[in-house]
Amino acid sequence: MSVAVGVHRRRWRPSQIVLTAVGLLVSAVLVAPLVWTLFTSFKSEEEAVAVPVQWLPKDWTGQAWTNIFETGNITNWFVNSLVVSVCVTFIVVLVSALAGYGFARTEFRGKSALMALVMAGLMVSPAVLGVPLFTTVQSLGMVDTYWGMILPQCAPAAMVYILYRFFQGIPRELEEAAFIDGAGRWRIFFTIVLPLSRPSLAAVGIFTFIASWNNFLWPYMITNNPDLMTMPNGIATVMNSYGVQWAQLMAGGLMAGLPLIVVFVFFQRQIVAGVAHTGLAGQ
Amino acid sequence: MTSAEMSPAATPSVRMTTVGTPAAPRAIRPVAATAEASTRARLGRAFQHGGWFVAPFLLLYALFVLTPLARGLWLSFTDANITGEDASFVGFDNYTEALKDPLVWESLGHSAYFTLLVVPCIVVLALLLALLAHHIEHAKWLWRLCFFAPFLLPSAVVGNMWRWMFNPDTGLMDHVFGMESAWLTQKSTAMTAVVVATLWWTVGFSFLLYLAALQNIPRHLYEAAALDGAGPWGRLVHITLPLLRSITGLVVALQILASLQVFDQVVVMYEFGPGPEESTRTMVQYTLEQGFTSYRVGYASAISILFFVIIAAFALARMWLLRKREEGVR
Repeated sequence: MSVAVGVHRRRWRPSQIVLTAVGLLVSAVLVAPLVWTLFTSFKSEEEAVAVPVQWLPKDWTGQAWTNIFETGNITNWFVNSLVVSVCVTFIVVLVSALAGYGFARTEFRGKSALMALVMAGLMVSPAVLGVPLFTTVQSLGMVDTYWGMILPQCAPAAMVYILYRFFQGIPRELEEAAFIDGAGRWRIFFTIVLPLSRPSLAAVGIFTFIASWNNFLWPYMITNNPDLMTMPNGIATVMNSYGVQWAQLMAGGLMAGLPLIVVFVFFQRQIVAGVAHTGLAGQ
Repeated sequence: MTSAEMSPAATPSVRMTTVGTPAAPRAIRPVAATAEASTRARLGRAFQHGGWFVAPFLLLYALFVLTPLARGLWLSFTDANITGEDASFVGFDNYTEALKDPLVWESLGHSAYFTLLVVPCIVVLALLLALLAHHIEHAKWLWRLCFFAPFLLPSAVVGNMWRWMFNPDTGLMDHVFGMESAWLTQKSTAMTAVVVATLWWTVGFSFLLYLAALQNIPRHLYEAAALDGAGPWGRLVHITLPLLRSITGLVVALQILASLQVFDQVVVMYEFGPGPEESTRTMVQYTLEQGFTSYRVGYASAISILFFVIIAAFALARMWLLRKREEGVR
């Protein structure tokens, strides 16, 4: 039986040939802009804007890549992006796991009112309330600081809600058993609940890291100092400010975008599950 | 461990009630209470004071969500500038000005136009991609990789890439499609160019949601339908599509909320300007221009609050629809 299924699966039926051909065509269209960007980054600035357009560089050169490292602050931006995203991810996972568990499993005064307040926060984003958020952070003296970039990204109501729903689904018996064995609530949380929720925590962490690494609007608003900018921010503002050099711009863009894509190739299953999980939790 | 956890199970717990009523005398628990019930009671007490679990989040939430909301509301009734000094109360002046400001309506229109173009396209494309990836039996990782990868790029990079793609004469779009005119320089096509870039960038996210939903459809439904003589088309129309209805609702809702807040890729594609003949200035962009370029923080806050009301209306409408549907199911 299993052999028969295996053979059946591997056979190239006509419908599979057609579907695969369509899939390859669609993939080619979707990947083309990335390939075009990659080829542009290996052209000289003159060749990049030469007419007629050529797909492949005539003379492959790493000039654009060496230029962005030599002239700009791109290494600074890269490190800043890394520091900000890692801090944001760590704080978000810790804080929203604690809060999700608190709302799901513990009792305290005004819990339901606070939960409703947190749900209301799903509608607030830096895009909607950017100016008041800026003046708030300004009054805390955090303009042009790491904390100013990091902390406002660390209060995502959505992540609390996702983990809250997840913790509600864990059978209470496990916690009760641990409690009978003499564990306190913090120990139960850290030794029983957190290990059980690894997939959900990973989902929240992955989604948060992607969102934070790619965040443009908030770092753009809160930093003026080119040394403090993150990758997306620096590429969009500083690299565009002295006349566009397309090959360098594409090289910088790839440097901002490729790390996540490379990570994705290796951790595809986890990332897909993580993004789908966080997205589906909105249901 | 706190003393509460150690105390004998028979002690009635006042703290169990969240409202914190004064210690009214309560009947002592019957001696015959089972061991299980007493454990539950002790456990329940152990999990009181959960406030410490939520405190760190609530602190951040209060500082960076609630404070800006309250502050925005307050600022919207003042003529505050960026320094925050010498602000005086102006009543509803900012709001009446905003409602009469043609640029508020124009930028709201641009955001709405963008949303109207993006949302239906995303739904259809994501569904088609998911059906395709779901039904190809070979190299499943390849389709996920190719369809989803663009979503991982930063918006700023996407903006620059598509500015380059649409670049007159030297861009790839010009090369492949032989488009005579440059999309980025004409009012009629300016927003469409942003829509194309956005579709390419974000379709992967909705694609994943549809793919997950497709994989959750029980196989036996298809087998039963096949036994009843349903062909591939019949199975798609009578099983797959109806079962995807709720995920479509989610995709539409998430996309509407995200699209109304569009900013990043638009400003990068148009170099932080308002686009050809001011045709791509979005709501978020206009708010930030008022706040950070014109330094009119009070006025910008009023526009922000109006915008927030619009976003909230959409979110509440969705919640209302969901609840109504749940009641309908029952």
